[in-house]
Amino acid sequence: MFFTYLRRELRRRRKAALVVASGLALGIALVIVVSSVSSGMEKAQGKVLQSLYGLGTDMTVTKAAQAQSATGERPRFQFDARGSDSDEEQSSDRVMVQGFQTLASSTVTKVGAQKGVSDAVGGLSLQVVKVSGQFRRGEFQQDQQQGGGNQQGGGPGGGQQSPQGRVEGGGADFDVNSYSVYGTDVTEPDLGPLTSSKITSGRTFKTSETNAKVVVADSSYAKEKKLALGDTVTVKGVKYEVIGIATPDSGDAAANLYIPLKQAQTLSDSKDKVTTIYVKASDSQQIDTVKSTIGKNISGTTVTTSADLADTVSGSLSTASDLASNVGRWLSVAVLVAAFLVAGLLTSSAVSRRVREFGTLKALGWKSGRVTRQVVGEAVVNGLVGGVLGIALGLGGAYAVTAVSPTLQAELGSTGGGLGGPGGGAGPGGGGMGGPARQTASKALDVALTAPVALDTIAIAVGLAVAGGLVAGAFGGWRAARLRPADALRRVE
Amino acid sequence: MYELRGTTKQYRRGKKTVDALAGIDLTIADGDRLVIQGPTGGGKSTLLQMLGGLDRPTSGSVELDGTDLAGLSESRLTKVRSENIGFVFQSFNLIPTLTAQENVETALVPLKVKARERRERAAAALESVGLAERLGHLPAELSGGQQQRVAIARALVKQPKVLLADEPTGNLDESMRDEIMDVLDTMWKEHGLTFVMVTHDSSIAGKAPRVATLRKGRITVKENVNS
Ligand SMILES: Nc1ncnc2c1ncn2[C@@H]1O[C@H](COP(=O)(O)OP(=O)(O)OP(=O)(O)O)[C@@H](O)[C@H]1O
Ligand SMILES: [Mg+2]
Repeated sequence: MFFTYLRRELRRRRKAALVVASGLALGIALVIVVSSVSSGMEKAQGKVLQSLYGLGTDMTVTKAAQAQSATGERPRFQFDARGSDSDEEQSSDRVMVQGFQTLASSTVTKVGAQKGVSDAVGGLSLQVVKVSGQFRRGEFQQDQQQGGGNQQGGGPGGGQQSPQGRVEGGGADFDVNSYSVYGTDVTEPDLGPLTSSKITSGRTFKTSETNAKVVVADSSYAKEKKLALGDTVTVKGVKYEVIGIATPDSGDAAANLYIPLKQAQTLSDSKDKVTTIYVKASDSQQIDTVKSTIGKNISGTTVTTSADLADTVSGSLSTASDLASNVGRWLSVAVLVAAFLVAGLLTSSAVSRRVREFGTLKALGWKSGRVTRQVVGEAVVNGLVGGVLGIALGLGGAYAVTAVSPTLQAELGSTGGGLGGPGGGAGPGGGGMGGPARQTASKALDVALTAPVALDTIAIAVGLAVAGGLVAGAFGGWRAARLRPADALRRVE
Repeated sequence: MYELRGTTKQYRRGKKTVDALAGIDLTIADGDRLVIQGPTGGGKSTLLQMLGGLDRPTSGSVELDGTDLAGLSESRLTKVRSENIGFVFQSFNLIPTLTAQENVETALVPLKVKARERRERAAAALESVGLAERLGHLPAELSGGQQQRVAIARALVKQPKVLLADEPTGNLDESMRDEIMDVLDTMWKEHGLTFVMVTHDSSIAGKAPRVATLRKGRITVKENVNS
């Protein structure tokens, strides 16, 4: 009888059941969308971090930040100013170590030997500034001794100027081109920034190519520079053969070009030096312990975990992520509570409208418990219907988010000595040139937002549906239990 | 057999108390047929509630076959209702979403009758009130008289000792009224019921052998020797 009665009630009072169910559905759908969007956010953040770190890296070790005294290392370009009739192109590469902070290669071994460290590999991030163009000597208006220099460029082309002299027509017409080069440890292909890219054509380094003149180019850089497999890239006069094109899994690549570590060290005159050590912990639960171990045992270093880095993520991704985790969570809790309450009140008022019906059943000898069970049963089925609707709605919502994939921007603040991205410190821009090597202290990435629905989210949704039904049933059941059998005789109609 | 001694029922309405029953002494023998009449608000329905164990008196006793219903717990009272007492209400009180047969079955649910037997007994009960063709109909698909027949079948399917009816013809027109009275009288005779019926209808009361009148909670019983 329980099921017959239940079925009949739900079928014949479909509208009322649907009102209760859709209230719950809304709450449940919101929970699904919010939780899958926030897990999408998490995934996006993970992607951002991964694009900098590479897969499997738990933390990085860099040299502790120091007060910058970059003057000594400021890049200088030296060009000879030619006569006004000379159109000869000149070019010069400056190779700088990113952030000007390096660690000795021996530190890599030291870090690798720490307790809890499964693997450590060093890498050298370089920034290459290439200036090429024409430089013409200025001409004096008055018959003074020669010696005019280019007015821009800060180079040493400008001679002493006589107070009577004025330079005219001198100048330079040049391009400034800056790109990043990452020296990778080819013997450790499983760790470091290159792991977050896939080799989409050609090949990656062989472990034997420790000092080979080969280069793997980032796909977008290769496209921009029209680089193909077999082409050569010249850095500071050294020719490298392009052996592979790497496409980052997400966001930006860590560098434009990847070359063997030894080559990078030679190019930048930093023999046995690295900028960053990528560390993999043997137990991902122990990252904080390993971090403090390294910090304690190897002085003068900064250890940055992905959690630290995540804190520095800003931009729309971080805003949206905060929104999802704060506003979204509260909103869905609020809507859920409201939905539960509304479902409860609707169920309770439905019982009020059926006072005579339940009174009659009690008069016929139905126990209070049996009547209550009937009411709770109806409410739970309503809840389940709401759950099914809510899951459908929620999946639809999450699918829509994934289909639209709104792009979010993530900005990574500089942390310590820079992590793959051009990090830290005063811009070493050449005097007066404005901008070629002006380093940004942060890295911006575009990440597409998805909303993956986890299986346990569905389980939670089902749980919520049942809970909602029970809450509603509790309201209604309480009301039904208090009905007196004598109410059957009441003449309310 | 009912034995009521000094039965009172007071309802509290705010500060005022209403004496719905002001001391009833009444004996109803097994197989008796008692018609209760009286002005509105006289306490007829209240008395029927006491007899049916739907509510407990404020004071006094309501004995059914030696058991004082006034002293029973709610669950014992529920059991008495489910086994011994059949109700017929003025406004039928059928469950609107259940078919005629299912409505009759609801009376057998507390008795833990197996589903198949329940269906068979419900069908038989409906047949005995002349509704064999209407088993699958919803209350809304039946006329008032047919609905009241379903209610009578529901009251009697469990074969109770007592049938209590509160104005069973109050919502029916004249032709239906006689029809329902015929059904009730037939059932009373066939089942050997103790039958207590409240009615406003003086033509019914006139024909009854024993008529009780309730006025302001007080009862007077008149034996009608002629009929
Ligand atoms: N649940 C209740 N709460 C308060 N007062 C009640 C309640 N039920 C009945 N009464 C009062 O008790 C008195 C008797 O009511 P009862 O329903 O027994 O009268 P009745 O004879 O059946 O009247 P009617 O012919 O109109 O059905 C009335 O004054 C009524 O207002
Ligand atoms: Mg009445």
